[in-house]
Amino acid sequence: MAEKRDERNAAMSTGVMPAVASKRDLRLDLFRGLALWLIFLDHIPSNVVSWVTIRNYGFSDATEIFVFISGYTAAFVYGRSMQQNGFIVAGARVLKRAWQIYVAHVFLFAIYLAEIAYVAHSFDNPLYTEEMGILNFLQHPDETIIQALLLKFKPVNMDVLPLYIVLLLGFAPALWLLLRSATGALIASAALYALMWQFDFNIPSYPRGSWVFNPFAWQLLFVFGAWCALGGAQRLKRWIESPVTLAFAVVYIIFAFSITLTWHFPRLAAYVPHVVSELIYPINKTNLDVLRIAHFLSLAVITLRLVPRDWPALNSWWAYPAVLCGQHSLEIFCLGVFLSFAGHFVFTEVSNVVAVQVAVSIAGIAAMTGAAMVIAWYKRVERGGSARPPDTPSYARGKA
Amino acid sequence: MKSLRAPLLLSVALVVLCVPASAEMPAACRVAEPEVVTAFPLPRTADAIVKKKLDVLVIGAGSSVLPGKDGAEKAYPARLQKALIEKYPGVAVNVQTDIKRSRTAAEMSAQLISLLGTARPALVIWQTGTIDAMRAVDPDRFGTNLDSGINAARSAGADVVLVNSQYSPRTESMIALGAYNESMRWVALQQELPLFDRFGIMRLWSEEGTFNFHSATKKLDTAERVHDCIGRLLATLVAEGVRLAAPPGGGR
Repeated sequence: MAEKRDERNAAMSTGVMPAVASKRDLRLDLFRGLALWLIFLDHIPSNVVSWVTIRNYGFSDATEIFVFISGYTAAFVYGRSMQQNGFIVAGARVLKRAWQIYVAHVFLFAIYLAEIAYVAHSFDNPLYTEEMGILNFLQHPDETIIQALLLKFKPVNMDVLPLYIVLLLGFAPALWLLLRSATGALIASAALYALMWQFDFNIPSYPRGSWVFNPFAWQLLFVFGAWCALGGAQRLKRWIESPVTLAFAVVYIIFAFSITLTWHFPRLAAYVPHVVSELIYPINKTNLDVLRIAHFLSLAVITLRLVPRDWPALNSWWAYPAVLCGQHSLEIFCLGVFLSFAGHFVFTEVSNVVAVQVAVSIAGIAAMTGAAMVIAWYKRVERGGSARPPDTPSYARGKA
Repeated sequence: MKSLRAPLLLSVALVVLCVPASAEMPAACRVAEPEVVTAFPLPRTADAIVKKKLDVLVIGAGSSVLPGKDGAEKAYPARLQKALIEKYPGVAVNVQTDIKRSRTAAEMSAQLISLLGTARPALVIWQTGTIDAMRAVDPDRFGTNLDSGINAARSAGADVVLVNSQYSPRTESMIALGAYNESMRWVALQQELPLFDRFGIMRLWSEEGTFNFHSATKKLDTAERVHDCIGRLLATLVAEGVRLAAPPGGGR
């Protein structure tokens, strides 16, 4: 069994498949790890530390990074599998992954229920009779839990995993097309995005409304990530490296930053010309606004320039925690959601002074890193290769 | 938005140091007074004050009232009336309320149209957002619903002030208010009307330690003081809008 796997890994690292990049790009792990940390920080309500996260300085946030890199790594891992083992095997592996994510989501939902039930039981303040209405769903657990299992009832901040599940459910056919005609697949994806904007469709939620992250919109970033992994990045190289592109990116990021400033200091809003605000608002996160995509792409262009693929620091000790978290993204993402619940719990039950907020944030990131180390160790042990030196090949085994 | 509180707090603290203490405002409320700013005038309200008769309609959901038999009297609409009477002596100020629990902006907007016919207010104060957030109404649609209510009130001859959600730390991880607060801010800006940032003010109180919003208490005293402050600060906002509407040279 282990031998077979090693054979496959060996085949992988020889890079026999021309379309799929041969070696895992550590930058993906680094930035996905950082995105996971930012998502954790953003998910703790009223957390002082979250002012460091990128959503405060521009239109896009860590979700874009996470979805793009997830698409990239999914194509990297399953693209090779599809070329070697065919559509059925690769498709089955993708579905297995979707199932794992579903199980993780349900597990998190159970923790959420525990928290909310505790709050419902212990909190009663006449000031908040209106807000306490949110706990009413506990009176109909039959309906709520079934709707949660159907991914229609999703508590606050638990929208990313359902999006990921749906993206993976549609990924096998998308990948099939990507491997035949990468650009055709990208055009199809963009067409779906455009149709979604034209006809405004989304998956319904319970008790009403629709998904916070519209999969028909966010698939564009996922497929674009996959397209980049399958040679698209190479094709874009000339564009990415052009000084004109860089100039556009810098100007756009400065523009986005100035607009974002007016959200923090509403009095500055008076300086935004009416024409501009008519044009840009509302910036729709649910349907992945074009302004958000442009902001993410600008950030990506600048990042690629600042962080070359063979940047020595990628293998350094200080990048290691983020790289490691990025390599075990599903587990660390789930842990991050749990830790943000726990962090909020500490704020409300113990204290929310700034020192505690900073301590909770640092402790959370440390816990995520520690867990990633344990998971990496487990995987080594389970492969029966505990004696194996933990050198670069272990990176190549990160999951999508 | 929420996260840049530290620099914001500092600037607020500086402003507080420079603002002369107003006589009638309790110290606790005063901490948040610099947050109550508006660039938009309230011309109909100013007119009504000149005519010595000001009718105000407060339309809202559960957070515009307090439980108990004198809940209505202790809640912010009644406190607003008291503060306005103090501010405008000689003006007959009458604050009517239409408060029903668990109403979305769409429901209130529909009811507002029929209410305006009978109440004929010069000023509508509209508290909303929380129920829409809890029911996950599409934020864009929420914005459109606000617009239609505002347009109805304006064509019936009333100014509008929006009041956003309360800051509620315990339920923060359960109710995603962000998009709705943002939407209200945006609609207020577009429609050029004052937004009473109740969320921001309450959060400031929480950060300053003025009020403890975490405590699980059935007692009403904190809630009553909070509503008293909100009523007074709303009156400050209204007065500011009236001042901006007043013709140069003419006072209140």
